[in-house]
Amino acid sequence: MKYAYFPGCCDHTSAKEYDISTRAVCKNLGIELIDIPDWSCCGSTPGHSTSHLLGVALSARNLALVEEMGLDCTASCAACYQRLALANMEMKNDMKLCEKINCITGKPYHGGVKVKSIVEVVAELGPEQITARVLKPLENLKMAVYYGCLMVRPKEIQVDDPENPQIIDKLMRTVGGEVVDWSYKTECCGGGLAISNEDIVLRLTNKILKEAVDAGVNCIVTACPLCHFNLDMRQKKINKIFGTNYHLPVFYFTQLIGLATGLKPGELSLETHFVDTREVIKLIA
Amino acid sequence: MPAINLTSNVKDNLDFIMHVSKESGQPVQHCYQCGKCTAGCPVAFAMDYPPNRIIRMVQLGLKEHVLKSQAIWLCAYCSTCTSRCPRNVNLARVMDCLRGMARREGIQLEGRAKKIALFYDCFLDTVKRNGKLYELGMMLNYNLKTGHFFKDAGTGLAMFTKGKIKLIPTKNENYKDLAQIFERIEEMEEKC
Repeated sequence: MKYAYFPGCCDHTSAKEYDISTRAVCKNLGIELIDIPDWSCCGSTPGHSTSHLLGVALSARNLALVEEMGLDCTASCAACYQRLALANMEMKNDMKLCEKINCITGKPYHGGVKVKSIVEVVAELGPEQITARVLKPLENLKMAVYYGCLMVRPKEIQVDDPENPQIIDKLMRTVGGEVVDWSYKTECCGGGLAISNEDIVLRLTNKILKEAVDAGVNCIVTACPLCHFNLDMRQKKINKIFGTNYHLPVFYFTQLIGLATGLKPGELSLETHFVDTREVIKLIA
Repeated sequence: MPAINLTSNVKDNLDFIMHVSKESGQPVQHCYQCGKCTAGCPVAFAMDYPPNRIIRMVQLGLKEHVLKSQAIWLCAYCSTCTSRCPRNVNLARVMDCLRGMARREGIQLEGRAKKIALFYDCFLDTVKRNGKLYELGMMLNYNLKTGHFFKDAGTGLAMFTKGKIKLIPTKNENYKDLAQIFERIEEMEEKC
């Protein structure tokens, strides 16, 4: 399996754990990720919120680069995945728009690329192939899998059901973890409002953390850098403002697959989280 | 909101209603006000008009009220409304369209909306210059423009200690392509 890999702009900064663990796990599982030469920002929420054309064009430039590589594309970041997948769909379904965007980007895209989330790419290996690689099953980890919004909505690009997705739950069970049923799997954390209106995001994130704690878990699992940053980095501030006492490590699903398949914490950037992950990792036999 | 003659208002603003439907590609006229969008909206508590009312206001041609609303900016594009709408209206897409219209019409924003629009500008400004998001530059610019120079300084420091802040921007090889994309779109949208 070989994919053009779109790591997203936060790959070396706020979401470096995701990029590092994605590369390490894919290498370990035999998924070849090829960097897209000259890739640029997908536009994220600010792009499509400012102008429809801008949102599509910023992603389409990257799709054109991938098409030149003759590969399909995968993105780790849920926001990048949504943007690339939506732009791809719009370009394929609307020839007029496609022509217009190609004039804007100066890089013609002909609709020859499939866009997948890294979650789908890993899940497509199938449970047997993943189980065969498990060296340290994640016993004693009780997890709330938090999907957020961007990879399960809207329906045109959803990787799984928008209300009760299972794709990461299944992966976590495959590597030996216990997954709880909870009702906040796809509630919004406020994502892009964090800098401009932090109070809203703190309120929404607090609800998610509360539901996870009430479900009796010892960690949260996610596949979105925005969700991760809000749940991990803002946990301390939430405790201060709402008088709570959360201490809930938030992992990327790739980090946990990495641990189960024998990678070392240092190879998965487990030391760069804001909520200390060591106590929970020790629970794994 | 003062009393409005809806019959004449719909007639006077037919262009607006048609334009929103066409640009967003959404059948806003299909909405029958069940309120499911508002019931599931995580940000409705902070909005001046909840999502179902925004759609109703579009149906009634209340252009000025819609484009000046906080709600269209507070929408976080989570698309919960979209996935639950029994009439298949992609509300998130309608909100995007309304934000774009508010920009093009030069609406003066206030409060939360003003901060959100400014954040988007600061984000995109770094993309236009570097081809990729430059988080530190975006934050500093945002703080400068809001006058809260040390906002999120604690966050910045914590990120720095974890090696999660890059002091200088990362550029892609042909980063100048990006400025051209922005310029071409601005030119096109000015003509419209």
